[in-house]
Amino acid sequence: MSDIKASTAGTLNGADPSARYFVRDHHPEQGTLLGFWLYLMSDCLIFACLFATYAVLGRNYAGGPSGGEIFDLKLVAVNTAFLLVSSITYGFAMLAAQNKNVGKVQLWLAITGILGACFLGLELYEFSHLIHEGFGPWRSGFLTAFFALVGTHGLHVTFGIVWLVVLMVQVGKHGINGANYRRLACLSMFWHFLDVVWIGVFTFVYLMGVLP
Amino acid sequence: MSGSNHAHGHSHGHDSGHGHGHGDHVSHDDHMEAHGSLKDYSIGFILAVILTAIPFWLVMTHQLAPGTTKLVIIGFAAVQFVVHMVYFLHMNSKSEGGWNMMAMLLTIILLFIVLTGSIWVMYHMNANMMPNMSNEGSSVHGMHDMQ
Repeated sequence: MSDIKASTAGTLNGADPSARYFVRDHHPEQGTLLGFWLYLMSDCLIFACLFATYAVLGRNYAGGPSGGEIFDLKLVAVNTAFLLVSSITYGFAMLAAQNKNVGKVQLWLAITGILGACFLGLELYEFSHLIHEGFGPWRSGFLTAFFALVGTHGLHVTFGIVWLVVLMVQVGKHGINGANYRRLACLSMFWHFLDVVWIGVFTFVYLMGVLP
Repeated sequence: MSGSNHAHGHSHGHDSGHGHGHGDHVSHDDHMEAHGSLKDYSIGFILAVILTAIPFWLVMTHQLAPGTTKLVIIGFAAVQFVVHMVYFLHMNSKSEGGWNMMAMLLTIILLFIVLTGSIWVMYHMNANMMPNMSNEGSSVHGMHDMQ
């Protein structure tokens, strides 16, 4: 009983017990951003598995075409440029958001979205062209791994564009408040993360696929 | 008994501390932490363009031997990865109290294990399971040899 009293008194009287646990540094300022980062890292592992699959199956042509025969590097270069430019236009949207400039945020988001759509359009053109030639994912292990990896990336870009459009509407409706800024920051990470994955794709799949 | 009481007392103190902390955060929520500057994005973009253009140029114009080209473009990809992390994703050891960096390091370790493990194991599987491939002979011949 006396023990209980002592401990209660300790909690009430001194600031010591609470102060001991009240260490600011251990508590991230923006928990949402850290949580979203953890999601991105788990997404990264999905891509790691797809890259590993491609690394294993990438040269199993089964009598079908090799990378050097079907990849059009000029098309890939244009696609890479679209994604890279969309990365910096998203950066401009974030800078505008810091200045609470709603019109500019929407303008830059729109440009980013259009660049993303161009990227997707070219990728779909490449896919449909390959399938039309009879080089669909069923043709060989190499093509299965290729379609799975690049297709998953394209799917991420698709959902990124959907998110982008939703945020444009939300920013237009509610302006740039704390919540919307947090959402913009999350999408910023998502969009730049997709660009990082694309570095791996164009290096390991396209450029190295063309090399003998 | 006394131990558990102590623990309870402490955890209570802990909670109230957190409660306070949370209140502070909510009031600070409208405060918009700067994520990069125009200078950061510009430097990052210029570096990224250079680091992307050179590998494409190397491969499309066949400047180096294929083996060397592979190593060089992997090097460029690694550097570009760091550039994107620093200038676009604003990664540093202090953001989110260092947990961002920790999560990324764990991911890189897992990524390394998954990639090298798969390549290593599957390479040996291929080498051990398909003896006919090295013979240059047809599979029928291979089967006869084995019998």
